[in-house]
Amino acid sequence: MAENLKCSNCDKEATVHLTQIVNNKIHKVDLCESCAQKKGVTDPQGFSLADLLAKTTFTPESDEAQLVCPQCGMETADFRRTGRLGCAACFDVFAPLIRPVLEDMHVGMTHKGKVPEIALSRQMSHAELQGLRDALARSIAEEAYEEAAKYRDQIKLLEDAATAEMEVSEA
Amino acid sequence: MIESLIKSDRAELTQSAKKGAPVVLSTRVRLARNLTDSPFPERATSTQRSDIMSRCVEHMGELKKMKTGSFFEISQLSDLEKQVLVERHLISRELCESEQGSGVFINKDQTCSVMINEEDHLRIQFLKSGFNLKSIWKQIDGFDSELEKTLNIAFSPEFGFLTACPTNLGTGLRASVMMHLPGLVISDQMERVIRAVNQLGITVRGLFGEGSDAMGHVFQISNQQTLGESEEGIMNRLGNVLKTTIDHEVNARFKYLEENRAKLLDKIGRAFGVLQNVHELSSNEAMNLLSLIRLAVDFNMLPEDNRSDVDRLFIECQPGHIQYAAQEGIEPEARDIARADKLREEFRHLPPLAFDKVT
Repeated sequence: MAENLKCSNCDKEATVHLTQIVNNKIHKVDLCESCAQKKGVTDPQGFSLADLLAKTTFTPESDEAQLVCPQCGMETADFRRTGRLGCAACFDVFAPLIRPVLEDMHVGMTHKGKVPEIALSRQMSHAELQGLRDALARSIAEEAYEEAAKYRDQIKLLEDAATAEMEVSEA
Repeated sequence: MIESLIKSDRAELTQSAKKGAPVVLSTRVRLARNLTDSPFPERATSTQRSDIMSRCVEHMGELKKMKTGSFFEISQLSDLEKQVLVERHLISRELCESEQGSGVFINKDQTCSVMINEEDHLRIQFLKSGFNLKSIWKQIDGFDSELEKTLNIAFSPEFGFLTACPTNLGTGLRASVMMHLPGLVISDQMERVIRAVNQLGITVRGLFGEGSDAMGHVFQISNQQTLGESEEGIMNRLGNVLKTTIDHEVNARFKYLEENRAKLLDKIGRAFGVLQNVHELSSNEAMNLLSLIRLAVDFNMLPEDNRSDVDRLFIECQPGHIQYAAQEGIEPEARDIARADKLREEFRHLPPLAFDKVT
């Protein structure tokens, strides 16, 4: 070899050289032995360069807005470092950061497969319920009791429907 | 703890009553799923992990498929027991290293295993011998839908099923088929095949790991992408690659036989002779010899029934299984002796190779 390549993770001499073709794009990575081990390249259970690239290309950018997930406390820097998400709510918070990552990783950018109808409707009615509860609290605070009564009835309807659905699925 | 699994006479991979298929050993499909309201395993506290685990175990125990299954908490298993489960492809190495609050639910015939708190809250896996993508998908899809009735599964219309790593988003589906490809390896075509299928977004790995000249000429071929394509689309794409690979393998075998008949029959004959007389055998060498015996079955040199015996021995000759069978901690050297004893005994009963039946 003409020159010693440096590890793309640290600055040591790279001894592990990987090439993988995904979607007609060539990905090349050079790693030193200890980084290769850490990244699981030598992990016999199997490893994919796409995973690895996903991790190495997440380099922290200092001037980037720091987002925080309200559910699990995950921050932009954590996501950039690990390339992983912390919980389901992270996908709302970090969506703008996730999308560019998916481009090279997958066949398309949006889901085309199975839709879990029950989970989805449960999630949607949960969000709807939360919105109504907020509105109810607001109208009570504003002493708009007529409106509050309307929201209260709607909430009751949704809650009853949810209980009925749970009973059906349990039966 | 896992004694009932090992002693079971109904385990799909080791006790299948079917004759097995040439080229394809087994098919697996796994789905990655998470719950909406808890942090993913890596970010969860040990209390949260235990809570997730008990919730999942409770719901899963009620499903028909799992009624007669067993649940194992990883922290309760010995290193050897974990190794045995890895060798049976029922759990991953990653799960073995996880802390408190991880486990696996395995059904009675070991066709279904659900890892809890691995990288995702749930990793559901269905496994069958032979080439079976469509029927496995039907089963795992039904199981997943049942689970969804009682557990709040995290899903977004845009990203699909939400997973800790973006590489699994969308369907969360990885289909993988274990293939026996001695023809392509012996005729030096494996590297070219791997390059070609990689371009189609399909990954090739060894039986337990990396390397193109894998142990026993066994390779795992699986889809890499999970988002932007339906489950059927993913499996059709993979299925097409597999069918082409099977064709190439069969052609390579016959071409090699035609051009190097004596050489190939010599290899198979020697493998048979070694297995009947060996007294010390590493797992790597055992795998390569067994591979040639599987090839002998495919060439009609041995009865078809023996194919599933080879598939069973592929697993039972792994270090963990040999050690487990010995019932005590044995050194690698003693393990090689125990492995040789086992294979000698198995091969004592086989009919002689029918060299005249090779066509």
